[in-house]
Amino acid sequence: MSVRRLAAEQPDDFVFTPENLEWAQATVQKYPEGRQASAVIPLLWRAQVQNGGWVSEPALRYVAEMLGMAYIRVYEIVTFYTMFNLQPVGRYYVQVCGTTPCMLNGSEDLKEACRKHIGPKDTVSDDGKFSWTEVECLGACVNAPMVQINKYYYEDLTEESLGKIIERLRKGESVPPGPQDGRQGCAPKSGPNTLIDSSIYGADKSGPEPGYAGTSDSKAKMPGPY
Amino acid sequence: MLQDQDRIFKNLYGLHGWQLPAARARGAWDGTKDIIARGHDAIIEEVKASGLRGRGGAGFPTGLKWSFMPKDDPRPSYLAVNADESEPGTCKDREIMRHDPHLLIEGAMLAAFAMRAHVAYIYIRGEFIAEREILEAAVAEAYEARLVGKNNLNGWDFDVYVHHGAGAYICGEETAMLESLEGKKGQPRLKPPFPANCGLYGAPTTVNNVETIASVPDIMRRGASWFAGLGKPNNTGTKLYCISGHVNEPCTVEEEMGIPLRELLEKYAGGVRGGWDNLLSVIPGGSSVPCLTAQECDDVTMDFDALKALGSGLGTAGIIVMDKSTDIIRAISRISYFYKHESCGQCTPCREGTGWMWRVLERMADGNAQRHEIDMLFEVTKQVEGHTICALGDAAAWPIQGLIKNFRHIIEERIDARATEPLSPSVPEAAE
Ligand SMILES: Cc1cc2nc3c(=O)[nH]c(=O)nc-3n(C[C@H](O)[C@H](O)[C@H](O)COP(=O)(O)O)c2cc1C
Ligand code: SF4
Ligand code: FES
Repeated sequence: MSVRRLAAEQPDDFVFTPENLEWAQATVQKYPEGRQASAVIPLLWRAQVQNGGWVSEPALRYVAEMLGMAYIRVYEIVTFYTMFNLQPVGRYYVQVCGTTPCMLNGSEDLKEACRKHIGPKDTVSDDGKFSWTEVECLGACVNAPMVQINKYYYEDLTEESLGKIIERLRKGESVPPGPQDGRQGCAPKSGPNTLIDSSIYGADKSGPEPGYAGTSDSKAKMPGPY
Repeated sequence: MLQDQDRIFKNLYGLHGWQLPAARARGAWDGTKDIIARGHDAIIEEVKASGLRGRGGAGFPTGLKWSFMPKDDPRPSYLAVNADESEPGTCKDREIMRHDPHLLIEGAMLAAFAMRAHVAYIYIRGEFIAEREILEAAVAEAYEARLVGKNNLNGWDFDVYVHHGAGAYICGEETAMLESLEGKKGQPRLKPPFPANCGLYGAPTTVNNVETIASVPDIMRRGASWFAGLGKPNNTGTKLYCISGHVNEPCTVEEEMGIPLRELLEKYAGGVRGGWDNLLSVIPGGSSVPCLTAQECDDVTMDFDALKALGSGLGTAGIIVMDKSTDIIRAISRISYFYKHESCGQCTPCREGTGWMWRVLERMADGNAQRHEIDMLFEVTKQVEGHTICALGDAAAWPIQGLIKNFRHIIEERIDARATEPLSPSVPEAAE
């Protein structure tokens, strides 16, 4: 548990873009009649993405009204769930996993890279491009140490490789996510030592998916804009 | 050693496509209609006979759990698939969702049918954004091909929805997950009533882990005896093991239940860094279970019963390996910090205890403590364990108990090494 408060400075207004509004209306339909509050996390998340990485107070009111929820219920949600940023973050938001498996494999070095290349924790860099924080296990422990930058995981990092990624992003280059040491997903670094019997793939002629671990997003090479 | 043809997760490493045609070529959605034609109870019986135990941590027999669902209840029934995967050391469900999502969707349909449910929600952790997009795309493919949906080709109306969280480990606890799905804070409910009687929206609900559900189609296709023939009695089948920490080649691998830990590490993960003799300790089942001594690791097998006999557990089979360079007090303290961070805050022993235990451990890692505080810390873990609404309290207590039981001498040495220096006056005993 931690104390989380809304930002002191707030915009005047928030509305979904027409695209997001359409998406939100469809999302509410996933839940039974009268249970539209179920959509609160997905809608707030969409609002955060639209807002450049954080949720503003007008966005809370907007979502509360859309779902017929009391404002306090929505406020409770954003303060409880730690992926909601209540303060602005950098355009590239670097979340360093610091939990034990990552710690054993060098997450301290990654924090050092962030301090060097971005600045103090939880502080947006002067150019507005970066901020970083420490988070708990992101569920990619065999690819430790790792970070999440906006949407994507960058895995098997070192202080040096993370520093390079940050500098490349700063220059506006695209940096492919996933393991940064040439590994294939969660396979051993020197190559899979199981699933090598080609007869089990007799009918499957597909190869590895292009892009990040087969993501369906063709723009997957870039982590931004948020 | 498990043969490749006996592996369920043939695309674990993403060397092939996740899309429907590729998944089908690997066997997914093959004969689903015929399996459904066998009837609800036949599926439950087959899963019971396979010996499948839940892969989410607790190892509860899956068929038995399904049989608790009411058979003629006027309320709708739900399946909720637990894809919250947040237990430190665990990263297997992610691979299923991004590389073999159709196994999960087909499994969800079979499980829902067995429990007479027409709707399943898959609750995926918020951070898995790319994984969620793949899963959503795979669900769309299944609708498009009329494998799921109303009036589908498989003969059981079934809707499956992907729902996501926003960063809260506690939402992996099944009742917290249901609260979260209802649009509330993820705070666990008191049990009873159990979800099978009163779950999502007050209706009968079963919660199962991703790996559990994704194993079901293969069990139904190949038969319970195939699955039961792998592993050990009462610990059957195959399991995804995530091997992280101080091994030469960390990886996730599918092997039989009951494989010796040492064989697993040496055959698949390149062995312990610096050799087997450089091993200090292993946490065998995700951060919640007590650590093992190197000696115990010599011949322990990876299954529910063998690990339980050592006072630890298989948990999620997230294996965290620590070599002799590890500051194990610091390593466990970081786990304590995790539980402090993730406590939902509604029970006092957990909310206050997790922070207290973490602070004391931090001091102990500095040697800034007294020997008798070790017993006090142990005592406090016992006061948290079993006195909370959900098992997060236990999960916070066990790793510390394991540390004290197995590595007390390290804590004592650290304290003794500093004992010449007076305790900082700003630090009241056993507090901040
Ligand atoms: C604090 C806590 C966190 C949990 N996290 C997860 C999780 O991330 N994924 C999961 O499948 N089960 C998790 N569980 C276990 C679930 O409560 C539940 O037992 C499990 O999903 C049941 O599925 P199974 O029978 O298929 O194992 C957690 C339990 C607790 C107490
Ligand atoms: S044990 Fe902890 S996490 Fe579980 S309900 Fe109580 S306060 Fe919440
Ligand atoms: S501990 Fe970092 S991803 Fe699990």
